Amino acid sequence: MDAAVRPVAPLLVVAGTAFLLLVLDLLPPRGTKRHLGVVALAGVVAALLVTVVLWGREARAFSGMVVLDGFALFFDVVICYAAALVLLLSMDYCGRHGIESGEYYVLVLFSTLGMMLMAHAADLILIFLALELMSLSLYVLAGFFRWRLTGGESAMKYFLLGAFASGFFVYGVALIYGATGSTALERIAAAAGARPPGPLLVVGLGLLLVGFGFKISSVPFHMWAPDVYEGAPTSVAALIATGSKAAGFAALLRVLLSTFKVVQPDWTALLWGVAVLTMTVGNVVAIAQSNVKRMLAYSSVAHVGYVLVGVVAGGALGAGGVLFYLLVYTFTTVGAFGVILLLERGRQEAVNLDDYGGLAESHPVLALVLALFLLSLTGMPPTAGFAGKFYLFGAAVRSGYIWLAVIAVLNSAVAAYYYLRVIVYMYMRDREGVPTGAVPSFAGRLALGIALWGVLQLGVMPAPVLNLAQAAVAPLLR
Amino acid sequence: MALGVFLIVAIVAVASALALVLRRNPIHGALFLVVNLGCVAVLYLLLGAEFLALAQVIIYAGAIMVLFVFAIMVLIPGKEETGPDPLRSQRLMAVPLGLFLLLEIALVLWGSRSGGGVGGAASLPQVGVRAGGIESVGRLLLGDYLFAFEVTSILLLAALVGVLTLAKRKSE
Repeated sequence: MDAAVRPVAPLLVVAGTAFLLLVLDLLPPRGTKRHLGVVALAGVVAALLVTVVLWGREARAFSGMVVLDGFALFFDVVICYAAALVLLLSMDYCGRHGIESGEYYVLVLFSTLGMMLMAHAADLILIFLALELMSLSLYVLAGFFRWRLTGGESAMKYFLLGAFASGFFVYGVALIYGATGSTALERIAAAAGARPPGPLLVVGLGLLLVGFGFKISSVPFHMWAPDVYEGAPTSVAALIATGSKAAGFAALLRVLLSTFKVVQPDWTALLWGVAVLTMTVGNVVAIAQSNVKRMLAYSSVAHVGYVLVGVVAGGALGAGGVLFYLLVYTFTTVGAFGVILLLERGRQEAVNLDDYGGLAESHPVLALVLALFLLSLTGMPPTAGFAGKFYLFGAAVRSGYIWLAVIAVLNSAVAAYYYLRVIVYMYMRDREGVPTGAVPSFAGRLALGIALWGVLQLGVMPAPVLNLAQAAVAPLLR
Repeated sequence: MALGVFLIVAIVAVASALALVLRRNPIHGALFLVVNLGCVAVLYLLLGAEFLALAQVIIYAGAIMVLFVFAIMVLIPGKEETGPDPLRSQRLMAVPLGLFLLLEIALVLWGSRSGGGVGGAASLPQVGVRAGGIESVGRLLLGDYLFAFEVTSILLLAALVGVLTLAKRKSE
C-alpha cells in the first residue's frame, strides 16, 4: 500500500463501496435492493478489517491534514461496528416499510465516511467538512418516511437546527484562525501556547463547543433529539444515536485534549456544568415519555452527560473511559433500537410502552435480550454498561471531581426507574388488545446477537479493551 | 485612504445587513443581501484577496442571489411583489444611467483599440504569487488543501444523492 494513502485506507474502502453502490443501483435486478445492503455491509466489514491491519501504526498525510493514530483507529472500530449493525438491521426493515432503495445504503455509507473522517481529521477545515458530510447524509436519511408528518418534521428540524449549529462552528473556526493564524490543530496548539489566550481564542472555542454540543446533543442543544428519533426510521435513529455521537466525541476530544490544553481549566469548568445539566435534564424528562423511541432519545442525551463526565475528568483514565464507554454505548443502544425495530403491533412499529405488556410470555427470547440491553443502559453488572460507568465515574473521583461523580451516580439511579419500567411491562403486565408480534428477520437477529455478544463480552472482560482505549488516547495527552 | 474606504463600506455592510433582517418584504430583503455581499467583496479587495472578491461577486452576489430571488418569487406570490411599483418615478432615471453605461463601454473599447490608456493590456494587474492571488489560491487548493478539496467533492455528491432521493419520493 502506498504510504501516502495508508492513513486514509479505511476511509477509501468505505468511499469506494459507496461509489460502487451508486453504479450497482443502476444495474438489474431492479425490484429488490437487498443485495445492495449486502455489498454495503461487505464494504464496512472490509473497512473494519483494514483498521485491524493498520492497528498500532502512526502516520500523517496530505500536509498533515489527516492523521492515523490509535485514537482514530479506535473510533474507526466503534463507527464501523455501529454502521455494520445498522446495515444489518436495515435490510429487512427498509423493505418492510417501503423505503428500501440504493440511495439509502449509499447515504448510510457516506455518513459513515464522514464519521470516520472526523476521527482522522487534524485540521478544523477538514473536521468541518467531515461534520457536514455526516450531517447532510443523516438529514436525508432522517426524512426517508416522507409521506409521514413525523418524518418530514424529523428531517426539517434536524436540518434547520443542524445548519444553524454548523454556522456557529464555522464562525468559531474563523475566530480561532484569526487568533492563531492557522486551522491546523498542531499549529493552533503551538500558537495558543506561545502567549496568554486572548478573548478571540476563547470565544472561538466557545462557538466550536456550541457546534459540537449540537452534534452530540448535550443540553441545552438537545431539543432536536426526541423529535428526530421519533420521526426517523428506527435504523437511522440508531445510527444518529451511536455513530454520529461517537464521531462528535472523537473530534471534540482531539480538539480539546491535544489543541486547547492551554485553556483546559476554562473548558473543564464549562463542561462540568454542561455534563450535570445534560445528565439531569435527559433523565428527568425521559421519565415522562410513553413512546419508547422518545424515551431512548432522552436516555441518549443523559448518556452524553455521563460521557462528558469522563471528558471533564481528563487524563488517560478519563479519556480512555470515554472511548470504552462509547463502544459499550454503541452495542447497547443499537441493540435496544434493534429489538424495537423487530417488533410490530397491528402493522405498526411497537413504539408505545403499552405494546410491551406481556412480551416476556409471547416472545421470551426477544424480551430477555431487550431486558439485558436496558440493564446495560442502567449500568447493572454483569453487563458492559456497568463496567463503562464504573471507569467513567472512577476517573472523575480520581481527578478530584467527587461531586460530579455523586451527581452522576444519583442520575443513574433516576434512570433505573424508566429502564426498569419497560422490563416491568414486559414481565409483570398482561397484554391488552392486539398482540405484539416479532418480524422474522435473519439479518436483524444476527445484529442483535452481535450486539448482545459485545455487551456481555465487554461486561465480563472489560480490561483488554479498556487497555486498548487508554493506549489509544496516549498520543493526545503527550 | 484604505481606512476611509473601509469605514464607508463597513457602515453600508452593517446597515444593509440590518435592513435585510428588518424589511418585511422578502424581495427587498434579498436586494439588501446583494448590497451586503457586494460590500463584503470590497472588504476582500481591501485585504488584497482578489480571487475571493471575484468569487464573492460571481458566485454569491450573482448566481446564489438569482436563486434566492427565484425561490421567493415562486414560493411567495404575495401582493407585495406583484402590486404597483411604488418607485415608478425612478424609471425615468434608467435612460440617463443606461446612456452613461453605454458611454463607459464605448470609452473602454476605444481605449483598448488604441493601445494603452484605459483598460489596455498593460494596465492589467500582474498576477504574482502572493496571498489572495489566483495562483496562490490554486496552489493551496491543489497542494496543502488537496484532501479537503476532494472531500468537498464527496460532500457535494452526497448532497446530490440526497436531493435526488427526496425529489424522487415526491413524485411517486
